[in-house]
Amino acid sequence: MTVATIEAVSTALARGRGGGGPAPTRIVVAYGFWIFLLSDFVLFSGLFAAYAVLSDQTAGGPSGPELFNLRSVFIETMCLLFSSYTCGLGALSAERRQPGRFLIFAAFTFVLGAAFLFIEGTEFAAMVRKGAGPSRSAFLSAFFTLVGTHGAHVTSGLIWLAYMVAQVVAKGLRPRVLRRLLCFSLFWHALDIIWIGVLTLVYLMGAR
Amino acid sequence: MNGPDRIFDDRTPGVEENEPSASFLSYTAGLALAILATIASFVVSQTNLLWAPGVPVGLVVLAFAQIGVHLVFFLHLGSGPDNTNNIIALSFGLLIVFLVITGSAWIIANLNANVMPTAVQSSH
Repeated sequence: MTVATIEAVSTALARGRGGGGPAPTRIVVAYGFWIFLLSDFVLFSGLFAAYAVLSDQTAGGPSGPELFNLRSVFIETMCLLFSSYTCGLGALSAERRQPGRFLIFAAFTFVLGAAFLFIEGTEFAAMVRKGAGPSRSAFLSAFFTLVGTHGAHVTSGLIWLAYMVAQVVAKGLRPRVLRRLLCFSLFWHALDIIWIGVLTLVYLMGAR
Repeated sequence: MNGPDRIFDDRTPGVEENEPSASFLSYTAGLALAILATIASFVVSQTNLLWAPGVPVGLVVLAFAQIGVHLVFFLHLGSGPDNTNNIIALSFGLLIVFLVITGSAWIIANLNANVMPTAVQSSH
């Protein structure tokens, strides 16, 4: 290999790190959105920290084991996991320019996400009816803030998904729409990662 | 991407290349591993499989394993050159998350242990 070839090879491999020209838009867009997601993780870390330090401060009110229903938490977890899976398959079909399959997977993703929100909503409503609302104790304030913020993220994810479906129908799978879809699937998978933290810290450790 | 004909091409900004980053198989493998980790977490927390004081540690380990599965199989955070920046950003994010959570827990645990409760209504 000549020196020029070696240089070319090394810069081609370092694409996006200064060598070999700018990275494709897809990579740059995903990077920018990834930075946003990491800032979202930092936001959640504050809520997780608040929950961790306040989870014992029940002020004589009900504690985690009395309130949490692990069976519905398991169903919620499975809803999110499978919706992540169908979201991934939807992104895959979009990448392969199969709008029909994308719409089917998007519908599954939406239904599973909505099922998660429905179960969470009924749990919240039951807790408030039992007098265990967010104003009862520091523990419950932290609980509703943390889990509710995750639920709000899922809600905005569902709105975004409906919007993406409308875009795919109206504009087709053109590169710009595909990049937005990429950001959406990153968002949806990131919510699943947050949920793993909620499940472990709040429900599994709290229900013992 | 590593073919000799591709190495020398100049890229204009914004030019797309259709490199499939994922496959049906990787998503399915990710789902299977994630379900496995979730069920293991529930089993660990609800049974006496683990020595009781070790349960939180086991749960944290399983959570990190599942987060790793999600990052690799769902978010496609691999070791490729396109991912270097993402990995660096992730490690910085993890540092901040770690500092916020363990720092808060540490400080408040210290305060709880060392400061006498003053209010009558204090729950402890």
